[in-house]
Amino acid sequence: MTPNPLWRRYARMLGPDPAADVRDELSFHLQAKIDDLVTQGWSPEAARHEAERQFGDFRAVQQIGVRIGEKMERRERLQNYWTDSLQDVRYTFRTLRRDPGFAAISILILALAIGANIAVFSVVNTLLLRPLPFPDSRQLVWIAPPPTACGLSCATYSADAYEEFREQSRVYQDVTGYMAFTTPDNLRLTGRGEPEPATGFEVIGNFFQVLGVQPAMGRLFTTDESRGSPHPIALLANAYWRRQFASDPAIVGKSIELNGTPVTIVGVLPDSFDFGAVFSPGAKVDLFTPLDLNQERDWGNIVTLLGRLKPGVTVAQALDDANRVAPSIYFNVKYPETLGRYKGDLIPVPLKDYVTGKLRRSLIALWCAVGAILLIAGVNLSNLLLARAVARAKEFAVRGALGASRGRIVRQLLMESLVLSSAGAAVGLGLALMLIAWLAHQGSVALPLLGSLRIDGQALGWTVLVAVFTAMIFGLLPGLRIASGNLQEMLKDSGPGAGLGRKHERVRAALVIFEVALACVLLVSAGLLLRSFVKVLDVDLGFQPDRAASIKVDYDDSAPTEEARQAKRGEIFQQIIDRVSALPGVEAAGISDYLPLGPNREWDTPVPQGKIFSPGELPDPLVYVITPGFMRALGIRLHGRDLTWADGPHSERVVLINASAARVYWPGEDAVGKILMRDKEEDRVVGVVDDVHEETVEGGTGSQIYYPAMQQGPSGAQLVIRTSLPPATLAASVLRALRELNPKQPAAEFRPVQAIVDRAVSPRRFFMLLVAAFAGVGLLLAALGIYGVISYSVTQQAHAIGIRMALGASVGRVQRDVLSGTLRLAFAGMLLGIFLALAVAKLISSLLFATSSWDLPTYLGMALALLLVAAVSGYIPARRASGVNPKEVLRSS
Amino acid sequence: MDTAKLEFFRGTLDVLILKALVWGPLHGYAITSLIRRQSDQALLLEEGTLYPALWRLENKGLLDAEWGLSENNRKAKFYRLTPEGRRQLRHEVKTWEAYAAAVAKVLGATQPPLPAEMA
Repeated sequence: MTPNPLWRRYARMLGPDPAADVRDELSFHLQAKIDDLVTQGWSPEAARHEAERQFGDFRAVQQIGVRIGEKMERRERLQNYWTDSLQDVRYTFRTLRRDPGFAAISILILALAIGANIAVFSVVNTLLLRPLPFPDSRQLVWIAPPPTACGLSCATYSADAYEEFREQSRVYQDVTGYMAFTTPDNLRLTGRGEPEPATGFEVIGNFFQVLGVQPAMGRLFTTDESRGSPHPIALLANAYWRRQFASDPAIVGKSIELNGTPVTIVGVLPDSFDFGAVFSPGAKVDLFTPLDLNQERDWGNIVTLLGRLKPGVTVAQALDDANRVAPSIYFNVKYPETLGRYKGDLIPVPLKDYVTGKLRRSLIALWCAVGAILLIAGVNLSNLLLARAVARAKEFAVRGALGASRGRIVRQLLMESLVLSSAGAAVGLGLALMLIAWLAHQGSVALPLLGSLRIDGQALGWTVLVAVFTAMIFGLLPGLRIASGNLQEMLKDSGPGAGLGRKHERVRAALVIFEVALACVLLVSAGLLLRSFVKVLDVDLGFQPDRAASIKVDYDDSAPTEEARQAKRGEIFQQIIDRVSALPGVEAAGISDYLPLGPNREWDTPVPQGKIFSPGELPDPLVYVITPGFMRALGIRLHGRDLTWADGPHSERVVLINASAARVYWPGEDAVGKILMRDKEEDRVVGVVDDVHEETVEGGTGSQIYYPAMQQGPSGAQLVIRTSLPPATLAASVLRALRELNPKQPAAEFRPVQAIVDRAVSPRRFFMLLVAAFAGVGLLLAALGIYGVISYSVTQQAHAIGIRMALGASVGRVQRDVLSGTLRLAFAGMLLGIFLALAVAKLISSLLFATSSWDLPTYLGMALALLLVAAVSGYIPARRASGVNPKEVLRSS
Repeated sequence: MDTAKLEFFRGTLDVLILKALVWGPLHGYAITSLIRRQSDQALLLEEGTLYPALWRLENKGLLDAEWGLSENNRKAKFYRLTPEGRRQLRHEVKTWEAYAAAVAKVLGATQPPLPAEMA
């Protein structure tokens, strides 16, 4: 007789054991069979043999049994888990419904924190993580010299250099580029009523093929079309086609008129291609025309280079190849002495790095900021849950007494956190959607790829991750504390003054100190960025952007000879300026072909007469071609004399230079009256002007030179006026005046010069605003945390307070005590925070402008703000404390 | 084991087990005895094959199992039909009857079918 193992019953309490079950079941069968056979008269020995024979393969059956048993066991466990979880969820909903205020506050806190995280993740994902929106975009490289002070002009190459480089390089599938020096509204669309401005980029014929852009309609340019084509052609950007041509499906092959010349549309680009977003952030580009390399050959450095590497070629290999090729490249093949000018100046970098590399630090800082917010929110929630857990101690104790294991209770608490954080994530996703939609339409912010911001699958995945992570950080601590507490003790006494309550309070105080510290770090960082931004706005740009405005002017520049052109241009410009200056409210007017903070260019290297400099010692100054009045209109201070209309084609060649250039050419001397030599040409310096920030507000300034438009060829005309009225009010009258002189003048945008400055500082403002907003959220959450803890402890101590008041403590005394408790917490948090902030500020020091990462006023200001907020959030509970009625307290005890 | 035989047996055994449990919960040994007795000893099954079939039916949710005490006070695993199992049994019985009737018809035929009937 097989003994029936009694212990198995208890064993099963420890957990199911499918193998033992199968063994038990099968041995019962054999035993029953043997018993039957024995009753029929078999001997026990024979009966056992017969039973086994009739059973068949015992081990095989046993194996099958164990396998099926385990499978069922697994399924059952899973099912149990699910039923338990569902039960937890239902229970959670019941609990939360009982306390809607708590649920609403928690969900709001979480929504703010998670929403900020989703939004910033989307920005980071779009700008940093996601590849550029081109096929195999990792193969694309931007080719430019190492970063220097000289800006775009040094970042470009001559037409000859482009061709030589393309010819001789071995690592590229193809190399292309575009004309770098394009100003907004450089074209006008005519022949369709009033002329309208348009922005066109000239690209090398293979540009779109190299990027891998397919036309939405029609065809792309061909390589031959960069050699000058007899019929002007253009490709339309999708947005422009939709806006300007009402999505005309038959546009391909039609002719439009640009600057009075008929141009045939050969195709429309796809909506997914946004040139501005990648290459010229914040700008809209309407159409593309093929760049005629032959025509541009003598123009100097005008094209940018970008290439598509052959598959498998690394950037390092491309650099080796470029270094091999560079010495054999001419600036201009007609001049042998220009061979090798680009040595060391052809450096390929991944296009992605070129487009967004500068933003990496800012974005990472932003990411850290929202991470801190999430932590603060988590700590806050942890605190709220802890307070609730103490209040619910009895409930848990009862559940424990009824048989719920600690694990089960912790699971229940985690489920509550998960439900809260999921709800928070759902609301946060809504907030993030709004924020992202708003950001995506900040066209005026000069950040790349901003328009392609969206919440995608990855962002949703991130949301889930963040929600679960948050639930863990804020659910686990209260859960573990409850689980570690003695349930019996809780059941006996969970009233005020209980030991457990005090222990909890210490934990909660520590949590508050931690979140105040985090908020302090955020505040200080935001403060430093804010101060940097203010400093940037305070930069002396060298010109006065306020009350100045500019408009692109169209003029007829056709004349048989260069000299005739200069003369004619002078007359037209003088007429325009006289006319516009006569308008009421206009204080000064002048024309320049380029405006500061725009693209720039250099012509050559002027040499001061009678001086010897070693090659490379003299700068290539930035060139402006201007008319008299421009300096006054833009508010640039001048020493010497301004240009006059008398400085025409037949009089002495004159120039203005900036202070930086003067310092280089004639250190310690007055440059006015000196001669600059450009080859054989002599230019007399008639005035020295202040340095103007040519490229960025934050960068330094280099040498600048100003030629009169009556003696040199400008590349367009920007009329700048200075007014005593708001610039917008003059727009109509200025345009009318221009139209009277030239009916072809398009309705170009009348742009306040301040807008140019705003655009230049927009990325900094953008980041500063975001970080400041996040710091605000962090401060708010920290204040909520302080309020929660103090308010809770006041409730807990109502009894003690009542007794003290009965014993004669004054209202003021009670209030002071509560407030000082609050400030102690805040102060501890602040000290810790400042300590952390000092470390963090070091990390973000590269994002600061003219602000030390130890900037004392910022630290003091932020500390003060923090203490003030803490005081306010402690004052409310303090008032309540003083409202305790001693009689009631004593009676109720 | 002869798999071909097993395959044939499996479907049949399942329906026999379900039928055996119609009158109430039984343990495995009682099921074999019941099938043997009711078939007048005609259906002799290799007893070991019964158990995988039982477990499979339990796994499919057609049977419920519970440990209990046997007639002579031994711990035994008792199986019981679930409502699902009952439904399955009704269905299987119908299929079996139709199958048996069709086979009987063919086997009991006394003359070849007429050409017209074939069309």
